[in-house]
Amino acid sequence: MKLGWREMPIAGVMFQPGSSAEYKTGDWRIEKKPLIDQERCIRCMICWLICPDVAIERVQKPYKNYQESLKEDYYHCKGCGICAAECPVDAIEMVEESRVVP
Amino acid sequence: MVAPKDLPLQELYAPGHRLCAGCGPSISVRMALKAARGPTVVVNSTGCVEVSTTIFPYTAWRIPWVHALFENTPAVASGLEYAYEALEKRGARKGKVDIIALGGDGGTFDIGIQALSGMLERGHDIVYICYDNEAYMNTGIQRSGATPRGAATTTSPAGKVIPGKRGGKKDLAAICAGHGIKYTATASIGFFTDYIDKVRKAIEVDGPAVVHVLAPCPLGWRSSPADTIKLAKMAVQTGIFPIYEVVDGKYRMSLKPGKLLPVEEYFKLQGRFSHLLRPEFKEELEEINREIEGNYRRILGLAGEQVA
Amino acid sequence: MYRRGGVFTGEGVIPYTGEGSTVTAGSAVCTQIGCAYTGNEAVAYAAKQCNVDVVAAYPITPQTIIVERFSDYVANGEVDTKFMYVESEHSAMSACVGASLAGARVFTSTASQGLALMHEVMYLASGLRTPIVMGVVNRALSAPINIHGDHSDMMGSRDCGWIQLFAENAQEAYDLTIQAFKIAEDPAVQLPVAVNLDGYTVSHATENMKSLTDEDVARFLPPRKPIFKVDPSTPISVGGMALPEYYYEIKRQQEEALRQSRHVVKRVGKEYGDLTGRRYGFMEAYAMEDAQAAVISLGSTCGTVRSVAKRLRAKGKKVGAIKLWMYRPFPAEELISAIKGLKALAVMDRAISFGAPYGALCSDISSSLQNTEVKLKVLNMIYGLGGRDIPPATVERVYRDVLQAARTGKVEERVMFLDVRE
Repeated sequence: MKLGWREMPIAGVMFQPGSSAEYKTGDWRIEKKPLIDQERCIRCMICWLICPDVAIERVQKPYKNYQESLKEDYYHCKGCGICAAECPVDAIEMVEESRVVP
Repeated sequence: MVAPKDLPLQELYAPGHRLCAGCGPSISVRMALKAARGPTVVVNSTGCVEVSTTIFPYTAWRIPWVHALFENTPAVASGLEYAYEALEKRGARKGKVDIIALGGDGGTFDIGIQALSGMLERGHDIVYICYDNEAYMNTGIQRSGATPRGAATTTSPAGKVIPGKRGGKKDLAAICAGHGIKYTATASIGFFTDYIDKVRKAIEVDGPAVVHVLAPCPLGWRSSPADTIKLAKMAVQTGIFPIYEVVDGKYRMSLKPGKLLPVEEYFKLQGRFSHLLRPEFKEELEEINREIEGNYRRILGLAGEQVA
Repeated sequence: MYRRGGVFTGEGVIPYTGEGSTVTAGSAVCTQIGCAYTGNEAVAYAAKQCNVDVVAAYPITPQTIIVERFSDYVANGEVDTKFMYVESEHSAMSACVGASLAGARVFTSTASQGLALMHEVMYLASGLRTPIVMGVVNRALSAPINIHGDHSDMMGSRDCGWIQLFAENAQEAYDLTIQAFKIAEDPAVQLPVAVNLDGYTVSHATENMKSLTDEDVARFLPPRKPIFKVDPSTPISVGGMALPEYYYEIKRQQEEALRQSRHVVKRVGKEYGDLTGRRYGFMEAYAMEDAQAAVISLGSTCGTVRSVAKRLRAKGKKVGAIKLWMYRPFPAEELISAIKGLKALAVMDRAISFGAPYGALCSDISSSLQNTEVKLKVLNMIYGLGGRDIPPATVERVYRDVLQAARTGKVEERVMFLDVRE
């Protein structure tokens, strides 16, 4: 709901930290989306760190010998492909947007 | 240096901002905040990061954040620092606040350099980070004092007779270090652990510190969004953007000097340099090559190292 | 609550007698210390007593004495204030905005080109609702360069969203500076305030005045309580981007705060009057009750105008005078009710609004008269540019002209340029 001028926060201050997370940028992707191969992934966390959109999550979910798994955040991912380009073990593939992923 | 997996999980910078896919400056901001030491406040000058991360009512910041104007970020940050100090003295607040002032290359090299100089001269305990994407990208790719020689922008187009920007890039690190500050560094998001380490060192310095970080812009560089980190790395490897620290006036290279990659490799991935690879601008390319090597040697010399 | 006046404190306390041009009502109930200050010193002293947390300022003639005096206070340990010696007025105002956002009480001062350089940041200060107080020592603008008094500087920034007060003398500069903090920091206002004093005429002339004790100022002006602040305890984003669907509402709200601030200006002026015997408000009216012609002005000129009006009254002329203390928000309704019985009004503008139908003050008055039943002739006098003196003889001519207009109902010249050589 859009507020009237009397209800507007003073000076346009944004009082809710990190509210942009509500905003969907995932629909910016045009062709491809990243798909992480948990089997191949060595949990170096480079993709997590270099994502400009904070769209790779570290999930505290054990996978084989690893304590953590990495999860694509398709709600925010803009499909730049940096993660796939920089993955040292080629565990991320940019796949067709239409591909159904688990 | 901290490995990526050992960095804090906490995200002080949220997704859902409106920066482009593959945005280098976005990466530079997120990485910088991974180096945060404690309570931190960010003051951000006008530019891509500012406009795209705080489109009302959505903010990507989970720490206090202020945008004032384009050219006054160091002054606004200085005001915050003095206020915290004064309020603490009066018992009106408690605890150290780390202040990060953040500006793009236009806001730092050009319109904001006076305010930055003032902040450095007065000795405020503030970290200034310049995310450098080498042109005014927010207004649509116009040349700045940080645009490298030969790069085509909308105001330094590659024409029939003039091959892109005339003149080179200001030596921001030398300008900042020239104020006698304790810590200045150049960095690249391509060498991320080095960059994060530098931001942390800058935070820990008592007094002003500057980190000048190269952050490619796929839109303005006319490069693939997937190549952002790769280009940031290549800029260092070709010698066009050497990374080093100036600690108490002493230069120290961040990478061991090695054989430089041919700059053409770097240029050919970017539309802004494509004209330089045409035969008619062969001499210009040679001149650029000489300049890059000369500058690299100069920095190595300052650091007391020899070219391998 | 306040100590009674006239108590000897060892510094030559003068019991308040009710004299002086600024007195409009009441009598003092607090200790007042007789002193002699220039307008600049009075402003610096007021800011000191207001216990400001941060001052960020840059020197410019004729404001320099303010920053020099304040530097003395800092150097001698008389204040806890952090004084930032910035590299430009642009940075001065920017640092003030930063400090104010952090929750501090902030003061600065400037003049002329310095104010012009701050112009961009002044919009920011009001837009971000930072209650900064600034002493503006009014001076002409270049070119040609001129360091003397006129109102060109402030008139150029009149629509920046600041509350604007004008002082006639050192006493008023002192009084208005103290009130300015209380007005600015009021939860309903949260806007910056400029206290204007004429370059040299007020800034550099030493006058007898009365100051309050530090304790009384502290009681009148408790520490600032920000309604929001940039602090790790409150992770807010300030100064973000508002696109067309939000910007207008935010600015509308800001405009309402400025319009409504007049109630606070009035209340604070009365409160200050109850304390000191020097009551303030939007304007001071002299002999307006049955006046047929009057002169309205800002700043130091008001003293000359009033003294001429007094003389003319003694001769039986039905003239009055109005001094505007508050120029923004413009007190249109109150002003109209003060002038509605007049046949003619002369408006003194100490600045040219280049190419405009009138000077700024006259434009404001003329437009305020629109859609009212009040019918009176308005004469506009441009005067005193670049420090050109405004002697009583000139003001007498102004009264002659305005009386003539009142008599004949005719205005010969829309705008007159007083004392300019042909």
